[in-house]
Amino acid sequence: MSAITIDKAGPSRKVKYGSISRDRAWALRWSYFFLVLFAIFSLTPPLYMLITSLKSSAEISAATNPWWVYHPTLENYIGLLTSNQFLRFFWNSAWVSIFVVTITMLISVPAAFALARMKFWGSATLATGVFLTYLIPDTLLFIPLFKMFVLIGDWTGIQLINRWYVLLFIYPTLTVPFCTWIMIGYFASIPKELDEAAIIDGASWFQTLTRIFIPVALPGLIAATIFAFTVSWAQFLYPLVFTTSTDQLVLPVGIITTLIKGDVFNWGQIMTGALLGAAPPLIIYAFLMDYYIAGLTAGATKG
Amino acid sequence: MAEVSLRKVVKRYDEVEAVRGIDLDIADHEFVVLVGPSGCGKSTTLRMIAGLEDISDGDITIGGDIVNDVPPKDRDIAMVFQNYALYPHMTVAENMSFGLRLKHYPKAEIKSRVTEAARMLDITDLIDRKPKQLSGGQRQRVAMGRAIVRNPKVFLFDEPLSNLDAKLRVQMRIEIKKVHQKVRTTTVYVTHDQVEAMTLADRVVVMNHGRIEQIGAPNELYHKPATRFVASFIGSPAMNFVPCRLEDVGGRLHVRLTDRLAFPLPPARAARYQAVPRTDKLLLGIRPEHIAEARPHLHPGVEPFDAVLDVTEPMGMETLVYFTLEGAQICGRVNPNAGAQDGAPLRLAVDLNNMHLLNEVTGVVL
Repeated sequence: MSAITIDKAGPSRKVKYGSISRDRAWALRWSYFFLVLFAIFSLTPPLYMLITSLKSSAEISAATNPWWVYHPTLENYIGLLTSNQFLRFFWNSAWVSIFVVTITMLISVPAAFALARMKFWGSATLATGVFLTYLIPDTLLFIPLFKMFVLIGDWTGIQLINRWYVLLFIYPTLTVPFCTWIMIGYFASIPKELDEAAIIDGASWFQTLTRIFIPVALPGLIAATIFAFTVSWAQFLYPLVFTTSTDQLVLPVGIITTLIKGDVFNWGQIMTGALLGAAPPLIIYAFLMDYYIAGLTAGATKG
Repeated sequence: MAEVSLRKVVKRYDEVEAVRGIDLDIADHEFVVLVGPSGCGKSTTLRMIAGLEDISDGDITIGGDIVNDVPPKDRDIAMVFQNYALYPHMTVAENMSFGLRLKHYPKAEIKSRVTEAARMLDITDLIDRKPKQLSGGQRQRVAMGRAIVRNPKVFLFDEPLSNLDAKLRVQMRIEIKKVHQKVRTTTVYVTHDQVEAMTLADRVVVMNHGRIEQIGAPNELYHKPATRFVASFIGSPAMNFVPCRLEDVGGRLHVRLTDRLAFPLPPARAARYQAVPRTDKLLLGIRPEHIAEARPHLHPGVEPFDAVLDVTEPMGMETLVYFTLEGAQICGRVNPNAGAQDGAPLRLAVDLNNMHLLNEVTGVVL
């Protein structure tokens, strides 16, 4: 009988939470608290934009509750989407962003591969240098750049100022260094043996890049693409300086310059334009994020 | 298939010499294992054969051609890496066929080669899986398959089993041996595990500090080590070393271990060591299996002595016993029924027919 004595201390031990799980519970509560706070903070402006975009100009200027729409209308949306000007801005932005992303990827991916893998004299210094160029603010650069393009126009007769495609030369100064830096990080995380195996299998450097590195570092490539797209879609200072004619403007500058007439702010259309302008990046994020996260969780490089 | 030769090969990294002028000839079809502790230069040597490292001096030939400046892809070699280095975004079949596809082999031939290699390695069912869906052992098979399908002149293995657990390692060791028996490709295999080296190799190359200590068949290295390093590196548990000197007692050559313990040498050994100066500081090298419990009738050359055991380790088929002699820990292997117990005395016997005598200063086996 003594063999089946019950240990009385046993069950009581199970009921208590360990200090680790208690810590975890508190950490989670704090995390949720700050996450909710942050979500409210960052979602309030778009919500306000949405509310305002559904109001008529009369209702916007009326002294009613600004957080409520009493007479919802789509007139701002219809007005913008049927205006050739707005569509022109939209397409200018789209072309600039697509070209800039393409140019950026074509430069920064091979550059990152060379800097991460093909060890050559000064490669480490060069990699740091690439990043440092990103740290120079565009407010410092736009005047010299403007002078430069004016000079090029004087010497060659090729007029680049006040053409939307001048931005294709300028935006990469912002996107290429950062994307190269991101890609160096991703490429460096790929085990050395993987390219050695490819080289022994008979791959050239270019084949190693296109057939091994790019597919394996796809999450990084997508992160870089998202960054380049966001920068070129949202850039304000450079297009404000370099383009002036209405048909050459991109969306952020176009909305501000055409919808603010003197001291008259067309708030309804400004808010609508900003919301519509935010749609493409949102759609691209939503589409690529799945891919991005799937690529990350695959974690296939190890072993 | 081809022979591989290294002539005075040196590898320098700035001031450090990782490989210090090694000469090595590997015959066609031979399985050679480079073994040694970390940092001995074995992996660097392999990578120089592969062309992944430039050589600082000397010549490497594969199939009679000097390949010093030939890029890896033109050396017709295949390599298996420690962490498998499978392409994570490709299936097993794509991984194995990558090299052939780059060389634009006909699709039918690629398929037949991959199928044949997969059959040989027993991975036919896994052919459409991605590497992350495979276990460590399966991944290593795929890595071997990738090497086999290329039908190269030389196989290079860089510690291929180090990431596997002990049981799988034994199993894969046998697989590698079987594959070599079938394809007979010249193989250079790097490991730090002397058991792998002994079991796989036609010849073992023991390296230390960037130099070759000794080259020989596994049994030759085990029974006739040239240096203290080889003697202690090959064999597990390692060979025992006890400080000693030679002396003549009553016209017979003795090896004296302590003031109270000296053994007469068997005639063959006595003749061999006759010329060694009696004043030299020496080491007696004796493998654990040559220290066993004393039996009633001892063979000539087997000398009994008493020892107080510090620790015993029952292994099942034998018991390892440890005791101290002149400050050195000695290991012996006794019968599990010999009554060995921790802290208890036991009468042991040493088989001096299998002894080694080393110069304590130079480490050379006399």
